[in-house]
Amino acid sequence: MSGAHASQHPALQHHFDNLDQQFEASTLGMWLFLVTEILFFGGLFTAYLVYRIAYPEAFADASHHLNIVLGGTNTAVLIGSSLTMAMAVYAAQLGRRNTQVIFLVATMALGLVFLGIKAVEYSHKFEEHLVPGINFVFEGRDPIHSQLFFSLYFVMTSLHALHMIVGIGIMTVLTVMAWRGRFTKAYHTPVEVSGLYWHFVDIVWIFLFPLLYLIDRHGPVH
Amino acid sequence: MDTAAAPHSNYLHDGYTLKSWLLTRDHKRIGLLYLFGVTAFFVLGSFFAALIRIELLTPAGDLVESDTYNRLFTMHGVIMVFFFLIPAIPAVLGNFLLPIMIGAKDMAFPRINLLSWYVYVIGGTFTLTALVMGGVDTGWTFYTPYSSAFSQSNVALVVVGIFINGFSSILTGLNFIVTVHKMRAPGLTWFRLPLFVWAHYATALIFVLGTPVIAITLVMVGAERLLHLGIFDPKLGGDPVLFQHLFWFYSHPAVYIMILPAMGVMSELIAAFSRKAIFGYQFVAFSSLAIAAVGFLVWGHHMFVSGQSVFAAMAFSLLSYLVAIPSAIKVFNWTATLYKGSISFDSPMLYAFGFMGLFLIGGLTGLFLAALAVDVHVTDTYFVVAHFHYIMVGGAIMMYLGGLHYWWPKIFGKMYNEAWAKVAAVTIFVGFNLTFFPQFIVGYLGMPRRYHAYPPEFQIWNIMSTAGASLLAVGYAMPTVYLLYSLVKGNPAPDNPWGATGLEWKTSSPPPTHNFETPPVVNEPPYNYAK
Amino acid sequence: MTDHASLVGALNGGHMQGEKHLVPLRVYFTVFGILMVLTGLTVSASFMDLGPFNTVVALVIAVTKMLLVVLYFMHVRYSSRLTWAVIGAGFFWLALLLLMTLADYVTRGVGWLHYG
Repeated sequence: MSGAHASQHPALQHHFDNLDQQFEASTLGMWLFLVTEILFFGGLFTAYLVYRIAYPEAFADASHHLNIVLGGTNTAVLIGSSLTMAMAVYAAQLGRRNTQVIFLVATMALGLVFLGIKAVEYSHKFEEHLVPGINFVFEGRDPIHSQLFFSLYFVMTSLHALHMIVGIGIMTVLTVMAWRGRFTKAYHTPVEVSGLYWHFVDIVWIFLFPLLYLIDRHGPVH
Repeated sequence: MDTAAAPHSNYLHDGYTLKSWLLTRDHKRIGLLYLFGVTAFFVLGSFFAALIRIELLTPAGDLVESDTYNRLFTMHGVIMVFFFLIPAIPAVLGNFLLPIMIGAKDMAFPRINLLSWYVYVIGGTFTLTALVMGGVDTGWTFYTPYSSAFSQSNVALVVVGIFINGFSSILTGLNFIVTVHKMRAPGLTWFRLPLFVWAHYATALIFVLGTPVIAITLVMVGAERLLHLGIFDPKLGGDPVLFQHLFWFYSHPAVYIMILPAMGVMSELIAAFSRKAIFGYQFVAFSSLAIAAVGFLVWGHHMFVSGQSVFAAMAFSLLSYLVAIPSAIKVFNWTATLYKGSISFDSPMLYAFGFMGLFLIGGLTGLFLAALAVDVHVTDTYFVVAHFHYIMVGGAIMMYLGGLHYWWPKIFGKMYNEAWAKVAAVTIFVGFNLTFFPQFIVGYLGMPRRYHAYPPEFQIWNIMSTAGASLLAVGYAMPTVYLLYSLVKGNPAPDNPWGATGLEWKTSSPPPTHNFETPPVVNEPPYNYAK
Repeated sequence: MTDHASLVGALNGGHMQGEKHLVPLRVYFTVFGILMVLTGLTVSASFMDLGPFNTVVALVIAVTKMLLVVLYFMHVRYSSRLTWAVIGAGFFWLALLLLMTLADYVTRGVGWLHYG
């Protein structure tokens, strides 16, 4: 039975009996936090749902102005970063220091690519006068409610981007810790738990992409 | 069993510097940090209540301008709801007692626990800053589009403060849930847990599932206000009622955040002072979970006159009746516990009796409000104000005080003056009823809430209410005095002054830093009083 | 007298849970491949006129992608029932929020949400 006497592992916190209990607690804690994130983004999805059902043409017209190539590329980039994250966790489970670091850095790099592409998209929207509250001008079947789409687009994607930035920050800390050999077969909880967070942020985008970029794409552009 | 003659070191002696308190990871000290915070906010919120009651002594709006009055009731509501009632029992008593009651050395995440306090303080600071800059006049409910587009007050600052404070709730909630799942002592199965723990577990579920929704809603209000993004503003294509749906999705369960911990305290007090196991323990435990779950299904009863569909209104009305059932089950079970119990009238029990009656009235008037036809008549009147104060003040605050008294000897190792405590409890009970019962009457007669001027025929009720509030203030001041006095001059408390069951009474008063000299093992049912 | 920790172990079923499952690499690569294919699929499906089923298809694909990430990348396939309960509760509560709010709007009658 592992860890039966008080383990002397330096990462074991005094109020836990053993590393397994600590790992289970940390994992459960992160899952609970992710549940709060589901409800957090959920409020925005509620607004989106209500308005999309109320104003389908306005939303379709607005959606046509988003760039599928950039959005689609970003989707692929994030899925790739989830793969590299899973590989980083795998390496941590096997206690392989260098591999961990490589994959953590790869995850961060892909995250930065995502943010770069997002920044490009935002600058396009500025140029196209599609930023509500700043320079919004729109011709379509229902311009007022198309503006609603863009309000939601900016709030939802920037909130997501903020989560990405936090994620990259976490990855940076993890990379430094991994480089210093802090994660081994016996203890690599922070890597697993941060991985959960990273995958969650990927999942949010998995929904944002079709809901924002792919509305009624077969229809005529207005 | 001997009690050691030499005093053991306890958590209060574990460092005397400010730093040892501000950087503590000890859940007991964090509970006391919260005690300090919530008390300060309670005093501030009461100050606004006093101004409101003074204004309402006369029918004319003569103390303050109507715009100022709007700010008074808004700040009263914001401070009392978000910075006092929501944290009070869970963050003070829950933090202190939960690990001890389950036989653990600390919460699952001590540093996150400390972080939750700092987040509370930071959120409070933003809100206080807004207050100093003139406050907010939207009502604590921040209805749009007034809050998002028209109000000239410091909405963004307050909204940021409440948003930040929400994370304090979320972190506390996650800590409680993980702690109860993963840190229970050997032998402590779920059905051996004290009902206080069940109540806080259910509360923690609400913290985690509900708080994020108000957080994102406030973000949207802030975005609308600062960035002119129209989400709730009809001019920009939005729907103001959508704000209400999102706001009340959290804010209704929030009232269960306020009452469930109080019910947890109630179970402990009734059992201890009847020297009897709680009747129907499993029913009470499951009722806590039921209240937490069903409480999420009723929010539309705050919106009966807002323009939602009749279908939705009827559904929410029916569900609101259903959510009363688990609360009623608890009241029946507490009553049944008293039957043939060996009842003593120590001061905590006086608070418990107060709760029984006042929560009953508050709960029943909730049913009046859940009836669509009645609600249309009394909505936005003082009837509603009286209803929720019966629950929040007559219910939650009574149990906060009852719990504070009951566990005071454990927390500080001192006994307070029991005679004064009894006087205070009775004063509070009388003062409370004199303050709020007239409000049922005057509300039913038609006096609107949130107005600082009213027709002269309502004055007599308002005078009674303000007189009651003065008495209530005296009642609240008393514990402040004798409890603080006990810290200096109180008799040292034994391990178990009330002769109650529960792991917290098996350790010293105050407890050692790691809660138990030897970690406990549990092999008996809860509330195992000898026949 | 056994020490506290071993008592914890004994009373929790004798064996400390949490020995992490090592997912084979080929599983990760397969999942990655499927996710990329599904992404391409969702884009091309959006250009086909499927009437009301466009939305359905998009959501089904999104949910499938999410399940793959959750089950394999996030190891939920190998996790405890408590983890499944927590995740389930999260999604269930989201559904409550979405559906009950929508229940108001769709039952309002003709011309709902059209002001002026």
